[in-house]
Amino acid sequence: MVDAGARWAAEEVPGGRVREGVRAYFLIAGMWIRSTMAYRTSFVLMTVTNFATTALDFVAILLMFSRVDALGGYSLQQVAFLYGVSSTTFGLADMVIGSMERLGRRVRDGTLDTLLVRPAPVLAQMAADQFALRRLGRTGQGALVLTWALLRLDIDWTPLRVLLMPVMLVSGCAIFCAVFIAGAAFQFVAQDAAEVQNAFTYGGTTLLQYPPTVFATELLRGVTYVLPLAFVNWLPATYVLGLPYPLGLPEWAAFLSPLVAAGCVGLAGLAWRAGLRSYRSTGS
Amino acid sequence: MGAGRLYVAVAAGGFRRYATYRAATVAGVFTNTAFGLILVYTYTALWDERPHLGGYDLAQAVTYVWIGQALFKTLANGGGGVETELMERIRTGDVAVDLYRPADLQLWWLATDLGRAGFELLGRGVVPFVFGALFFDMALPADVITWLAFLGSVALAMLVSFAIRYLVALTAFWLMDGTGVIQMAWLVGWFCSGMLLPLNVFPGALGEVVRALPWSSLLQAPADVFLGRADPLGTYAFQAVWAVVLLAAGRMVQAAATRRVVVQGG
Repeated sequence: MVDAGARWAAEEVPGGRVREGVRAYFLIAGMWIRSTMAYRTSFVLMTVTNFATTALDFVAILLMFSRVDALGGYSLQQVAFLYGVSSTTFGLADMVIGSMERLGRRVRDGTLDTLLVRPAPVLAQMAADQFALRRLGRTGQGALVLTWALLRLDIDWTPLRVLLMPVMLVSGCAIFCAVFIAGAAFQFVAQDAAEVQNAFTYGGTTLLQYPPTVFATELLRGVTYVLPLAFVNWLPATYVLGLPYPLGLPEWAAFLSPLVAAGCVGLAGLAWRAGLRSYRSTGS
Repeated sequence: MGAGRLYVAVAAGGFRRYATYRAATVAGVFTNTAFGLILVYTYTALWDERPHLGGYDLAQAVTYVWIGQALFKTLANGGGGVETELMERIRTGDVAVDLYRPADLQLWWLATDLGRAGFELLGRGVVPFVFGALFFDMALPADVITWLAFLGSVALAMLVSFAIRYLVALTAFWLMDGTGVIQMAWLVGWFCSGMLLPLNVFPGALGEVVRALPWSSLLQAPADVFLGRADPLGTYAFQAVWAVVLLAAGRMVQAAATRRVVVQGG
């Protein structure tokens, strides 16, 4: 009934369903922000902790470089560049859509049904659920490291390289969003096995913080051709840094990130639809 | 004798409770293995660049990674044991029921946590470790004694780990909302236990300090026993001292906290 009603509404305005989703997302996210701002001190503390927690990953890299001058042929500044892009894009995706990872719990305790009867797309409701602005801590930390790397690196800036920077950040964020959506879709089937998703989300961002030259070829092929995380930063970043990508892909592959991101989001959307259709409530 | 049986039953309950979620266990094994893989490659690059870093050769460094992944959940370096539940019970006041029971609060939760840790070791630890041993060149001890000594050190690590997390949980008596403390404990535990980087690789004074802190009994101590780089008895003594000190601190805080519950009443 609800779905039929929403479809009817969508017929009235072209692209209405998307607009409706975005509107619902901002309304719910805004509500959560207002609710967290009721405890300002707590919010500030949590944001700072979030910043510090994620900063430790970089401290580990600094400690490594206190003992070596290069890792897989990359200098500290070059690794910091990879780290910065990986953390910033993942941090943004985590803030925008990271709540999706709670889907398994909602299926288990039956609260997903509440979302199904509300007149707004479930995806938007799930994504905005418990929206946590404090997750800006991770993004901020990543952005700081990225800025430091850009200031310290001697990059031969061409117009294409300059253009690639924002393209890389936006596509990277979109790819991570797709991973979150696909992971949530998987939880319709897996439920308890929600943790598998961490291997691709948190595992993914950790992987991308290190130079591609460090990893085995099979692993590189896997994250380039199968689950294309390499397009978040490895491929575009090696182009910007003027370094070769280990798999010997042509140079224009660095510019494929937006296409790959669009493909990932599309596929994740299909997976989400299939998951939501297959959902059967446990009932009461 | 009767009391001993009670705590064994509680521990068995903790074991069974965590053993119930099979799909979650398989998922966890997968995730630990994936993280292990990422770490193994970065460590390989690091040790290629600087062989014998921190006194480990490459095979020992790789072994360290897989020990870390195997013990990660067991020792709950970053939290995730029974302390979240205890905190929630303190916040809601359910802890009053626990205090009513004819059992000691600390021993009760210790037994639950040991049961949990035992399951995590078998259910989540063994497979990633075997995976590592099959696909990578690892420094496995040839004699049974070292394996047993390692298990002894892991058991002591479980005690220290619980003692730390029990103290963390008790802060809820004063703070009510423990999210911030849990995060801080996670932060320190993750970093100072050597999950990110072996503690013997930490440079200079920082290294000296983190190696003396209780968190080094969690991963670094058992790993060094396993790799034959530390005398088991000396390691046991170090771990035992921390376990006793922290458990005693837990008792004292608990005594102060329970007096507080009575004051709050209601």
